[in-house]
Amino acid sequence: MKIAVCIKQVPTRDWQPRIDDRGAWIRDADATYEMNEPDAYALEEALRLKEAHGGEVVVCSAGPARVAQVLREALARGADRAIHVQHDDLTRADGFALAGVLAEAMAAERFDLILTGLQSDDQGLAQTGVILAERLGLPHATIVMDVQIEKSSLRVKRELEGGWFQWVTLPLPALLTIQSGINQLRYATLKGIMAAKKKEIRTTSPSAAVSARLKVVKLYAPEKVKRTEIIPGPPADAARTLVQRLRDTARVV
Amino acid sequence: MILVIAEARDGRLNRATWETLAAVQPLGDPITIVLPGAAPLAALGQELAEAAVAEVVLLESPALELYTPDGYTAALTPIIEELSPSLVALPHTYQTRDLAPKIAARMDRALVTDVTAVKPGAAAQEGPIFVRPMFQGKLTADVVMQGPAPHFVTFQVGAFRAEQAARGASPAPSRVIGPTGERGAIRQQPEAPFREAKQAVDLTQAERIVAVGRGIKEQAHIAMAQQLADALGAEIAASRPICDAGWLPMDRQVGSSGQTVSPKLYVALGISGAIQHLVGMKGSQVVVAINKDPDAPIFEVADFGIVGDLFDIVPALTNALKS
Repeated sequence: MKIAVCIKQVPTRDWQPRIDDRGAWIRDADATYEMNEPDAYALEEALRLKEAHGGEVVVCSAGPARVAQVLREALARGADRAIHVQHDDLTRADGFALAGVLAEAMAAERFDLILTGLQSDDQGLAQTGVILAERLGLPHATIVMDVQIEKSSLRVKRELEGGWFQWVTLPLPALLTIQSGINQLRYATLKGIMAAKKKEIRTTSPSAAVSARLKVVKLYAPEKVKRTEIIPGPPADAARTLVQRLRDTARVV
Repeated sequence: MILVIAEARDGRLNRATWETLAAVQPLGDPITIVLPGAAPLAALGQELAEAAVAEVVLLESPALELYTPDGYTAALTPIIEELSPSLVALPHTYQTRDLAPKIAARMDRALVTDVTAVKPGAAAQEGPIFVRPMFQGKLTADVVMQGPAPHFVTFQVGAFRAEQAARGASPAPSRVIGPTGERGAIRQQPEAPFREAKQAVDLTQAERIVAVGRGIKEQAHIAMAQQLADALGAEIAASRPICDAGWLPMDRQVGSSGQTVSPKLYVALGISGAIQHLVGMKGSQVVVAINKDPDAPIFEVADFGIVGDLFDIVPALTNALKS
């Protein structure tokens, strides 16, 4: 089975947001980056499916040159090869733009199954996977928590809201967006890191200008919805003050 | 005009549909609601017709009984094309996440998701500005949509108040239509929704909750949070990553994929406050946040906060409660 996993490189979780001088994007150069967490689960699921059913795992990412780092990491975890759609204009691209350039680079590969995370930890649009499925003419299922392969079809467990789930059967080829927590992640071994150096990263360029449908006109710190009393002092003092507030001011203890 | 796509399951409207109405009514354009589903939809149609809208369209087809992205896209796309709205609005539910990008892609139109507010645009030709969280809620973005109409927007669940949706003086006119256009093959075969082994804990009834997030670092540290919960007479709960890791059972998860709670007191330990968590707890009466990162989004919804190392603060808090 030929499986593709679309991964995105996003700022790390402990990154402190800094906004650029024009106030419409982050200071890219100051950020540190990592693999988008839901995509890491999608990669893990692909590796497990390959282990169970055989085949090949190809990781795909669209972004500037720095994106090669997460592709290398995916290769070190066990992916077989990588496709990098490279362009600086993809740095802040929306789901439309990303799905468009990925579809172009991936179409000829005729993957049996495409996996990706349900959304990204940067823009969080939750669109790229579904749009990619539509662009490639594939059926899709989103927010998937279990994948079972049955000959030429898939049976997947979709998460609904509030603790509800649903099984859905769909034919292959197909695209799934994967929910975090579907499996336990593996990390790259030294052997994997060494092996990754010999694996292929094919770099392509979009054939046309990257065109986005969404334009961020302003980026700023969130407005507070509540007035927060930050209680200062050493832990013991702050704890005493907080308990007093909860007992006497808020009356909830 | 604005088209609102309503959502219903098991013969009940999703409350988030009313939130979407509350979000788009202030824009001032006439609104049409379309409700897709299997016949009969008349009762739900009557309910929707109470809203101050121009029209309710009931899109009835046996193929729409259980949601599928193929079935819903095939049924809704021709209606959207026929009505030619400037904006198509949906609540940002899990169903919408599955559906809206597909319809927008099929029609090749812009879609902005998880919107929390709408502001008038700087120039008329640019259209309204949509406000949404980015970077895990650490930043907020003002976004405009480009390209031809209709533009698609989904509104974050809980960002608007359902009871603020304006009701009409008299019921809005409604009509029933069958499937138009050609019915493509539906490739997904859905089974009936189900719940996992029944929820052992009903967090919705808890008066106090102590919830832990990634900041707790190790499963062994849950005991420390449990001691604080015991001292407060609280239930223990967690954000999604903790339950994913198996450190607490899934039925202790608060957030969009877990339980939605509104206790008197919610104490968040080492929870950054990603929006998927906030939607599950922001109805709490009093929120306390303890986090090492002063910029963590959880402080935006907190009444009281302590910035610091939870491994120092939590035991101190447990002691202070005992004295």
